[in-house]
Amino acid sequence: MSSAEAAVGEPDPGSRQIEFRDALREAMSEEMRRDVRVFLLGEEVAQYHGAYKVSRGMVDEFGERRIIDTPISESGFAGMAIGAAMLGLRPIVEFMSWSFSLVAADPILNNAPKMLYMSGGQFGCPIVFRGNDGAGGQLGSTHSWCVEGLYSNVPGVKIAIPSCPYDAKGLLKTAIRDDDPVFFLESERMLSVKGAVPEEEYLIPFGRGIVRRRGADCTLASWGRPVNFCLEAAEELAKEGIDCEVIDLRTIRPLDLETVVRSVQRTNCCVVVDQSWSFGSPGSELAAQVHAACFDDLDNFVHRVHSADVPTPYASNLEQEYLPNVRRICEAVRHATYRA
Amino acid sequence: MTRVSPSTGQRVFDVHGATERPAIAPPRHAPVQPAVDDATLTRWLRDMLLIREFEVRCMQAYQDKKIGGFCHVYIGQEAVAVGCTAAIEAKDPMVTAYRDHGHALARGMSARACMAEMFGRIGGCAKGKGGSMHMFDRANNLFGGHGIVGAQTPLGAGLAFATKYEDEVINGGRSNRVTLCFLGDGALNQGAFHEAMNLAGLFNLPVIFIVENNGYSMGTSIHRGTTMGHDLSSKALGYGIDAEVIDGMDVLEVHAGMSKVVADARRRSRPWFVDMRCYRFKGHSMSDPRKYRTREEEEVFEAGDPIGRLERVMRDRGALDDLRFKEMQKAVREEVRDAVKWADESPAPSVGELHHDVFVEPWGPYTGTSFPPFLREQGLKAPWREEECP
Ligand SMILES: Cc1ncc(C[n+]2csc(CCOP(=O)(O)OP(=O)(O)O)c2C)c(N)n1
Repeated sequence: MSSAEAAVGEPDPGSRQIEFRDALREAMSEEMRRDVRVFLLGEEVAQYHGAYKVSRGMVDEFGERRIIDTPISESGFAGMAIGAAMLGLRPIVEFMSWSFSLVAADPILNNAPKMLYMSGGQFGCPIVFRGNDGAGGQLGSTHSWCVEGLYSNVPGVKIAIPSCPYDAKGLLKTAIRDDDPVFFLESERMLSVKGAVPEEEYLIPFGRGIVRRRGADCTLASWGRPVNFCLEAAEELAKEGIDCEVIDLRTIRPLDLETVVRSVQRTNCCVVVDQSWSFGSPGSELAAQVHAACFDDLDNFVHRVHSADVPTPYASNLEQEYLPNVRRICEAVRHATYRA
Repeated sequence: MTRVSPSTGQRVFDVHGATERPAIAPPRHAPVQPAVDDATLTRWLRDMLLIREFEVRCMQAYQDKKIGGFCHVYIGQEAVAVGCTAAIEAKDPMVTAYRDHGHALARGMSARACMAEMFGRIGGCAKGKGGSMHMFDRANNLFGGHGIVGAQTPLGAGLAFATKYEDEVINGGRSNRVTLCFLGDGALNQGAFHEAMNLAGLFNLPVIFIVENNGYSMGTSIHRGTTMGHDLSSKALGYGIDAEVIDGMDVLEVHAGMSKVVADARRRSRPWFVDMRCYRFKGHSMSDPRKYRTREEEEVFEAGDPIGRLERVMRDRGALDDLRFKEMQKAVREEVRDAVKWADESPAPSVGELHHDVFVEPWGPYTGTSFPPFLREQGLKAPWREEECP
């Protein structure tokens, strides 16, 4: 690993510990100080200080011209922000929950990602859409989408999914400076998680995964919140003598196939863990690509762990069973390594 | 603009911090007060007390972590659900948003089924799969609470479309059912609402869009989120839809106003828009500290508590005394306590339940294979293939 790579790898463990939501806010505030074209809009972001307190205090520093409360009009304000981006502003659009972005699917999928292409390179769309993604916390079917499964299908989008506060800040700063539309998926379940985040500025490049844990027997490839389940599962499996390597892809568009392939060439075994539905998902795409690239290296087919192929249930026990969890990851690894 | 309630003789509150706001427009037609007998009033009071008690216990259960997810309570708005359901018939469909426990109870869902759903238990109205925001009750013609703001408005138009189609096309009669579609004032700003209004106007659908205008969508006051927030009836004007303003803190006014609107919608098969002025006494959800509004404002509205209002009317009429009132309170407390106990004792859904209800039978239980169990039972060979490909 070169020193440049090391710099974007892990924080110095001696760094201060801050919450995931504060890491996000620091990223936005720093970028807004740096570039006056950057502004934040969404429901309850200003006077209410964010439904999940991600933008707490930002209106006090930047004022209501740059931290903008909108009505509950996802389609309207997302489209408006896209228009503003076409004229050179750099909006950050907060969806209170990514589930609600489905109301705005037309502007964010039909307009933003295609703008540059359709206009033959004339109009870019430097915009960040961000908010809570995924299930957990018993919010039921309408509030628990993992939109990466749906949204990654569209060319022209970049999708970043941090798994810890350090990545949240570094990836969000990169997203804000990116000249293309970026979909930034956070998890409400992680907002109060604390982690090391250095004071000094850093950026995490898109399209570069990171090895979170070294291991020789099986490659676990994941992104976002389930990375943490993979790390737990790896500890569990280590007790049984199965040594897992855990890769956090950080962005799924672009997808860092190379890091996964290099790992699989050593472990000869791969399990993909994806919290979206299995049908036509980033997990299925990654599995297909690993099969193609590592056909001769694999001792078994690539196993996949996904959310169950049903709408998200409310009942707590059903929801836990629905999501990828440590138990299901361990089971998949045992099968993939012929230890079941 | 100060109005006096015909039922209580009290001043109708000026809604939503109106001191520095333009006053609300008075209703365009003074509601005709239908005669309501004491037995009916008693039933309404009981229903409102039941909803209040249910919500108080929900808040407790939420704190005890028996209820998960979001919990939006209806305290303060009881007169709306009770008065509106009293103005329709059992056959009339109803659909609402995520603040739906009050509507469910007013419509006749049992406190047990409602509470068990909140607890995520098999005894809930949706077997614990829907949760607090998604109450469905087929038997009582309640077509759901809906979690996406505004999503229920086109559904409301669709329900009305279906009743009209069934009556007029299939049975060759005239449109005879009316659909109530409840929404919050925040939902007015969703595209879905405007599209639904246009369609309802265009197709002459007998649907009544009732905006439970409690002045806030989460932390955003109506004046910060909605143009013409002081006169929502202007929203209906552009769609050629008749509008009414009703004091939603007075169950008698709700019933009177809605009876007139319902009768007209039924007679002419036309949509209506109702600006139902009300107030939610608690926060948006359990995690909301309501820092966006003042204690003084809350006190003004709490003084107009719809339960207290009805209670006074009934006492003045001699339809209620202390003893009777205490008995009623005791009875609803018992009923809700029983519901909590019942919900608590209802088991969690079995894990296998995860795969049921994804498709209608015989497709379920569905486990993510494209080969449904009922076909697998017939043998893995697909017989039609052999016939088709010699
Ligand atoms: C499309 C969509 N955007 C945002 C939300 C989050 N949200 C839930 S309730 C709510 C406020 C709605 O207010 P209102 O319609 O006035 O209803 P009230 O809470 O006053 O009953 C918001 C923003 C959502 N559920 N759906």
